[in-house]
Amino acid sequence: MRKAVSRIWTAFAILAAGALAAPASAELIGDAQRGATLFERQCKACHQIGEGAINRVGPQLNRIFGRRAATGADFTYSKSMARMGADGLTWTLETLDVYIENPKALVSGTRMNYRGMADDQSRSDLLAFLRTLSDNPQNIPEAEPTARMTDHDLDPAILSIKGDPEYGEYLSSECVTCHQPDGTDQGIPAITMWPEEDFVIAMHAYKRKFRPHPVMQMMASRLSDEEIAALAAYFATLGQ
Amino acid sequence: MSLNRRLFIGTAAAMTAGLAAPWVRAQTKPRVVVIGGGPGGGTVARYLAKDAGDALDITLVEANPIYTTCFFSNLYIGGFWDFENLQHGYDKIAAGGVTVINDMAMGVDRAAKTVTLAGGQVLPYDRLVLSPGIDFKDGSVPGWSADQHAEIMPHAYKAGPQTQLLKKQVEEMREGGLFCMVAPPNPYRCPPGPYERISMVAHVLKTRNPTAKILVLDPKDKYSKQALFEEGWQKHYSGMVEWLGPDMGGGVVEVRPDTMEVVVDGEVTKVDVCNVIPGQMAGKIAQIAQVTDDNGWAPVMPDSMKSKLDENVFVLGDASAQGDMPKSGFAANSQAKIVAMTIRGELTGSKVFPAKYTNTCWSLIAPEDGVKVGASYEPTPEKIASVTSFVSNTGEDAALRKATYEESLGWYAGITTDIFG
Repeated sequence: MRKAVSRIWTAFAILAAGALAAPASAELIGDAQRGATLFERQCKACHQIGEGAINRVGPQLNRIFGRRAATGADFTYSKSMARMGADGLTWTLETLDVYIENPKALVSGTRMNYRGMADDQSRSDLLAFLRTLSDNPQNIPEAEPTARMTDHDLDPAILSIKGDPEYGEYLSSECVTCHQPDGTDQGIPAITMWPEEDFVIAMHAYKRKFRPHPVMQMMASRLSDEEIAALAAYFATLGQ
Repeated sequence: MSLNRRLFIGTAAAMTAGLAAPWVRAQTKPRVVVIGGGPGGGTVARYLAKDAGDALDITLVEANPIYTTCFFSNLYIGGFWDFENLQHGYDKIAAGGVTVINDMAMGVDRAAKTVTLAGGQVLPYDRLVLSPGIDFKDGSVPGWSADQHAEIMPHAYKAGPQTQLLKKQVEEMREGGLFCMVAPPNPYRCPPGPYERISMVAHVLKTRNPTAKILVLDPKDKYSKQALFEEGWQKHYSGMVEWLGPDMGGGVVEVRPDTMEVVVDGEVTKVDVCNVIPGQMAGKIAQIAQVTDDNGWAPVMPDSMKSKLDENVFVLGDASAQGDMPKSGFAANSQAKIVAMTIRGELTGSKVFPAKYTNTCWSLIAPEDGVKVGASYEPTPEKIASVTSFVSNTGEDAALRKATYEESLGWYAGITTDIFG
């Protein structure tokens, strides 16, 4: 989170700080009250939260923090979300923040029909609200999920790189050993005809290990920003 | 790209129609001969045709008209995959502009730059690609030779009738019988392969013949994905699998096919099925072409897979000695793309990018219990060196293991499309 609203100190944090002589402060996630209003406006049509919440169009969101993706009881998730859950995606402050910012960038085939919340502060506020309805130990910075946020936003300079599709075609030979160029989606997701920006965001999410899949983390880890842009440019047009 | 090429071919065809027969043009093209139509050779031929089919004359020589993949052949033994689904023809590679010849390469004259086929045909080349896979080292397992004993004690390490034979033997084994595997010494094709096979045999026996036992005799003191396999065998096939490493005599093994006996460190054991996976070396044509070293593998340049002994010859896949990459279909497919790019660059002047390689190997331990290991690689002056790697963890939950298995099915579809079209 870029703008700290305020800081709190807990007994736990003070103890830890005393031992390490390091500033173990925890930033508040955001303004939970404002988050509740945002939830009313933007989420409530599909999601319930709080006492008596049940699954509707989307799953109920009590205790979402620390939950493995696609493991809410009695809800049928998209194939894509189920795969991310199986790969190890767990909802933490960081991963929820990435997801709410642009759902399809994290979970390509999610059924959540929501364009995303671009404003950092609004997301922080919404997450602060959701956090109050998760019963993990709250406000203890060392507890999982941590109460601190890190900046995951991609540098606009990276997003503005114009990819060279011909270079992308060469690089793509590494991808098509598993991902089929005709867009077949069988055990391994299709990567053709994605909007370039989504492709770039998704690859950087692997590179920075928000997305959990080990093969993809490995592949992304050695791709430069230019190479990711080139692949995005190539696969965006493939199959058209 | 494909649109441009189609346009170009259309224009070229229109031009030649008025000027000269196409074969006159064809003779002037640089010639690439690829020997071996597996994950290495098939991919090289298909990529060359895809990216430079109008500029090169590409011939693929493969003895079998239908290729049977070694990868996933263990799943066939386990009953998880049909034999037909291991098999792939060359019609799409041929349709892509490759001349496919189903014959055996018998000779290579590197001075004259020609290849002689069993049928007598002589193929001149400008660049030769050897992707012949493996052959077995005679005398590697005392008492056993591929020519004389593979019908009694199958190796099943080149997929095809041998795989079918081993599956039949396992299924027909007497109740409470003993299945024995003589595991290979390093280096060999598909490092987790023998142990995935043990898992698949154990699965079959658990279902059909639960009092049967499995004995693995291994000259190696450790092997690929060992912790994962050991955990899986304990979990799914408890008490069934006994593994003897070199300190327990697993490395001093003699077999007696006539009496179905195995001698371990002097002690004779009667076995019911015996799978002998012997020591290995580069496929025969690499030996004939004299591009192999004293160990029987073909040393290559890490940045191109070009033979260290001949600048016009490339060796890739299992047959090559390149450094850290395992001998796997995935690795051969990865190397093939570098070979195709390098040859295209040399013969047509197209751009050559720095080489990068990858490998991932999935293994199935039990139904829906899949694991994987993988790494990325880059050339150094000495060898192809591992850069980063990962391996599945022990104790993973069932959902992740199932997803890993399903991913391997997707990979099979993906890589076979990438190789064979």
